[in-house]
Amino acid sequence: MGEKIAVAVDDLTVAYNYKPVLWDIDLSIPEGVLMAIVGPNGAGKSTLIKAILGIINPIAGSVSIYGKPYNKQRDKVAYVPQKGSVDWDFPTTALDVVMMGTYGALGWIKRPGAKQKKQALEALEKVGMLAFKGRQISQLSGGQQQRIFLARALVQHAAIYFMDEPFQGVDATTEIAIINILKELRKAGKTVIVVHHDLQTVPEYFDWVTFLNVKHIATGPVKDIFNDDNLTKTYGINYKVAVQK
Amino acid sequence: MNSELAIILIACLTSVACAIPGVFLVLRKMALISDAISHSILPGIVIGFFITEDLASPWLILLAAFSGIITVVLVEAIQKTGLVKEDTAIGLVFPALFSIGVLLIAIYASDIHLDADAVLVGRLEYAAFDQLMIGNESYGPKSMWTISTTLLITLALLFAFYKELKLSTFDIGLSSALGFSPVLMHYGLMSIASVTTVVSFDAVGAILVVALMIAPAAAAYLLTTDLNKMILLSVLFGIVSAVGGYYFAVWLDASISGSITTVLGLIFLLVYLFAPSKGLIAVLFRQKRQRIEVSLLTFLLHLNNHDSEEERRVGHLQEHINWGKVRSQTVLDLAEKNNMINVQNQVVFLTKKGLEFTEKALDYIITNKDEKIEDMKNDFFLFRG
Repeated sequence: MGEKIAVAVDDLTVAYNYKPVLWDIDLSIPEGVLMAIVGPNGAGKSTLIKAILGIINPIAGSVSIYGKPYNKQRDKVAYVPQKGSVDWDFPTTALDVVMMGTYGALGWIKRPGAKQKKQALEALEKVGMLAFKGRQISQLSGGQQQRIFLARALVQHAAIYFMDEPFQGVDATTEIAIINILKELRKAGKTVIVVHHDLQTVPEYFDWVTFLNVKHIATGPVKDIFNDDNLTKTYGINYKVAVQK
Repeated sequence: MNSELAIILIACLTSVACAIPGVFLVLRKMALISDAISHSILPGIVIGFFITEDLASPWLILLAAFSGIITVVLVEAIQKTGLVKEDTAIGLVFPALFSIGVLLIAIYASDIHLDADAVLVGRLEYAAFDQLMIGNESYGPKSMWTISTTLLITLALLFAFYKELKLSTFDIGLSSALGFSPVLMHYGLMSIASVTTVVSFDAVGAILVVALMIAPAAAAYLLTTDLNKMILLSVLFGIVSAVGGYYFAVWLDASISGSITTVLGLIFLLVYLFAPSKGLIAVLFRQKRQRIEVSLLTFLLHLNNHDSEEERRVGHLQEHINWGKVRSQTVLDLAEKNNMINVQNQVVFLTKKGLEFTEKALDYIITNKDEKIEDMKNDFFLFRG
């Protein structure tokens, strides 16, 4: 793990209709970690990612990616939104969705060509979905749709990956396939940040964790801070998880 | 140019110009917004007409289009308060603006070309006669010029920003994260929709322009799973309805814009009924097939569960699984056709293929993993999710 800070969040406050969803968040994420963001429903986990990526405007605070504002570092960041945030009946194919990952590097107006198609096909192969490239996206299962989203992030060849609940509604095989790819990314020195729901799998999947509940509770290595104390602070009830050490 | 050709050409250009933004309105679930825009540009048109006294003036077009954008902004502002939902906000905004337009016409413009009828259903019949005159030269109908200019701009923008439009329509979050501002794309599309509505308004009126935007896209959506094809099909439906609508009107001696919309309605109805996979008939057929396939699976499971010959007699199956004769026969036929069973002396045996099929299907039902049944999806609707 490098000493470099990949993502730094300073005094970030986000509000919907004047109600704070994230309150004065300070957070720094070192390069090369595979990090889970955990917290109860409504804790602002997705909002945090969206605010970091400039999808939502915060009312206060700032974000930097490798020391610069996000809009100067877009090429270093890939994003996997929640699967439920898009319309899967949209008239397009699996390959076409993956190609969308190349749009950022292309910039305005330029169309994707043979090079982008090749990248997309490689990413599809990596997530085991090459056979489905021509299939309309509504004809894919939930797990397959999530793999397509992952492939779309992979073609961005980013340094930092943000993923909003990539394990939601996927079967066990897909979950393992996805986590293996995420671990590979970390091995290659990438930073991977995942909004995660299943507390039981945190120690097994991740090496770093952020506890969040409107306020920032704790961030650090899983082995040091993933304990009942922080869980209780975050979830507000006396939490016990069976953590295998 | 003779007037018949001019009318058909104006109708075609209008249909195509409407169909293109219509595709994106339908995909963005904003069909109702086009209805709102088409009504609330009226005060813009009336005020623009006072100033320019020319329905084809670019200033009037821009002014009216601007009141279309105001509609969108107002709807979003009302919606943002969180007090009412989007449809309510739309229902509040456009009648208010439209009524201002109606009052302005009634008070100040009762003796001119604008009247309430023309506003609602347009005057395609007359559009062809309102010629663009420069000096003593006639350069063809004015509305042909305005509509073709709008169409050219729409096509140029569609071509330039196709990928950005597609991305921001499909995935607003990624679009924003990659730096393709969804807000910019949204207002760009709304501006095009507004300008198109204004230039189509004179020809087809406030109500029918909505049909020209929405119906071709809705029909195309049922026929294809490819955005390019959806746009091309919408354009094709637009042209067919324009040409067909014209001759239909001549034959009926009725309003051309009304006939065009009727033809569009018929096209949608036909597509809705007969579309190969999303059409009503296809859906009903598929449901019937699925019912039979569920029966087949039940039957195969029964055979798999019971070894004794007694349980596997054809007659016994009929009483035991509690099916009528017809259904039992259909299921037996289907199973035999697929070589899943063979029947010897009225006793049914599972073949190797039948056994494999049953086990795979059972596995799928229990685990919900569909990797192993990929090859079965081609033959059976049941496994296509």
